[in-house]
Amino acid sequence: MILASKTAWTIIVLAGLALLPAALSGYQTSLATLILIYALLAMSIDIMAGYTGRTPLCHGAIFGVATYVVMYYVTTAGGSPWLGMLYGIGMAAVVSLIFALLAVRTSGVYFLLLTLALGMVIWGVCQRWTSVTGGENGLRGTVRPDWLLDPARFYYFVLFIGLLATFIMWRFVSSPFGLSLKGIRESESRMKSLGYHSTKHLVIGFVFSGVMAGIAGVLYALFNSFVSPSSVALAQSVKGLLMAIIGGVGTLFGGVVGAAVIIILENVVSSFTERWSMVLGLLFVLTMIFAPEGIVGKFRTIKWFKKSV
Amino acid sequence: MSFTLFQIFNGLTFAALLFLVASGFTLIFGLMRIVNLAHGAMYLMGGYVAYAVATQSGSFVLGVVAGAVATALMGLVEQSLLRYAKGVELRQVLMTLGLALIIDDAALVIFGGDTFSMPTPEILKGPLEFFGMTYPRYRLFVLVVGIVIFILLWLLMNRTKLGALIRAGVDDAETVEAMGVNIRKVFIVTFMLGMALAGIAGALGGAFLSLYPSADSEILVYSLAVVIIGGRGSLVGAAVGSLAVSMLSTFGQVWFPELSYFVIFGPMALLLAFRPTGLFGRPN
Repeated sequence: MILASKTAWTIIVLAGLALLPAALSGYQTSLATLILIYALLAMSIDIMAGYTGRTPLCHGAIFGVATYVVMYYVTTAGGSPWLGMLYGIGMAAVVSLIFALLAVRTSGVYFLLLTLALGMVIWGVCQRWTSVTGGENGLRGTVRPDWLLDPARFYYFVLFIGLLATFIMWRFVSSPFGLSLKGIRESESRMKSLGYHSTKHLVIGFVFSGVMAGIAGVLYALFNSFVSPSSVALAQSVKGLLMAIIGGVGTLFGGVVGAAVIIILENVVSSFTERWSMVLGLLFVLTMIFAPEGIVGKFRTIKWFKKSV
Repeated sequence: MSFTLFQIFNGLTFAALLFLVASGFTLIFGLMRIVNLAHGAMYLMGGYVAYAVATQSGSFVLGVVAGAVATALMGLVEQSLLRYAKGVELRQVLMTLGLALIIDDAALVIFGGDTFSMPTPEILKGPLEFFGMTYPRYRLFVLVVGIVIFILLWLLMNRTKLGALIRAGVDDAETVEAMGVNIRKVFIVTFMLGMALAGIAGALGGAFLSLYPSADSEILVYSLAVVIIGGRGSLVGAAVGSLAVSMLSTFGQVWFPELSYFVIFGPMALLLAFRPTGLFGRPN
C-alpha cells in the first residue's frame, strides 16, 4: 500500500516536471532549470551533511571549479562543450579528492572550518590567477550547443541529467556502502571496531558528493554562459547548504524543495529590493532558531543536529 | 638584503594585526566552542564605524574607541541570539554565518562598494629610518599595539581571576559552573572582549589595508588559518599562528603572487594532517 502510494507520487511528480515547460513562460522555464541545477548541488551537500554527518562549506567552490573549467575550455581554449563538461566533472573529482584527504580526519565544527578554508583557497585562486580566470571580470561566452539554446529543450536536457544523477545518488545512499556512511555518522569508533575502514569510506563519499556538485557546476556553465569569483565564493556554499537544510538534512530529496524555495524567493525578493544577501542571512538565522530540521525533515525524525556535534 | 628585511617587517606588522583579530576568535572558540564566522564582519564593521567617527570628529583615538565599543555591543546582540541554539555547535556556527551575511550587506548599504582608508594622526604619518632602511611609522605603531595587547591579554589570562576562570572554562566549563561560578558572565565578558579586539583591529587595519566590502572574508580566512595552526583557546598559539600565517602570506605574495593562498594553506593542511588540534591546542 505504502509502496503503491510512493510509486504513484513518483509518477505524479515526474509527470509534473515533464509538463512544466508547457505551463510556463520562457523566463519561468529558465528559472525551473536553475532550480534543478541547484537541487543537484543541495543534494550533493546533503550526502555529506545528512549521510556522513559532516557538514561541508566547500561544495560551492567545487561546483564553481567545474563551471570555470567548462568556461575556460570552451571560450579561451576553444574546445567542444561536451569534452569541457567531462573535464569539468573530472576536475571537480580531483579537487574533492584533495579536499577529502585533508578534511575527513576531522569532524563536527573542525570539518566545517577546514572545508570553509579550503573553499576559500579556490576563491582566492580564481580571484588572483587573472591570466587564466580573468580575475574579477570572470569568463564570458556562449558554451551551450546551438540545439540547446531553446529554454524548454535545455530544461529537458537538465531534467534528464538531473534525474539520472538523482537516481544514482538515491541508489548510492541506500546501498550497503551508503549505510556504512550512516554508521560512521552515528558512531565512527564503533564502525572502526567492526572492521570498516572509515577514512576510506568517507573519502569515497566525499569524492562522490564532489562529483555530483561538479555535474551541477558544468550544467550551470551551460546555463549561465558566465563565471566570476562570486560563483566559487563562500556565499555559494552557504546558499547550497541552506537549501539542503531548509529541505531537510538527511532526506536527499529535500534538496529539491529547498532549492525551489530559495531560488523562487531570491527571484521574488530581487524584484523588490537589492538586499537579497541580507534576506539570505536572515533566513539562515531564523531557520537555525525555528526549523533546523527543515521542511521535508519536519515530516521525518532525523536527529542530525544532535548527532553531528 | 634590505628588501628582505622590509618584507620581514611587513610580515611582523601584519602578524600584529592578525593577532588582534585571531586572539578574540580563538578565546571565544576555546571557551564557548562557538566558531564565530561573523568575526570578519565584525572586523569590517569596527573599521567602518571607526572611519566614520574619525573623519567626523577628527580624532583617531576616538574612532578606534568607537569601533571597539560598537563591535562589543554587537557582540552582546550576537550572544543573545546564539542562546537560541545553546549547546548545539553546528547550529550556532551556521547562525553566525547568517549574521555575517546580514552585517556585510548592511555595511554595503551604508558605505557602498568604495574603498576607504582610516585617517591617521600626524605623528604616525611618514617614514622612520632605522637599520639603514625607511619604514612607514604607522605600521610600526600597529606592531607595537599588537605586542602591547598580547602582553595585556597574557597578564589578563595568567594573573587575574577572570583569566583563571576563562582558562578553567576552556578546559571544562561544566565543572567551573558546578563550583558555583556564573560562567555565563564569563562567557559574555569574553565574547565582548573578543569582539572589541576585532573592532580595534578593523580600525587599525583600516588605515593600512583599507576597508572594502570583501575585506571581511579575507581577514576571516586568515584568522581561521591562525586558529587552525595555533590550536583553539590558546593565546600563545594565536601569536605563533599569526606570525606563521603572515610570514607565509607576505613572502608568498612576493614569490608567487598569483598563488599566494596555496603558500598559506599548504603548510596548514600538512600540519593538520599530523596535529589535528593545532600546535598549542589540547585534544577535547
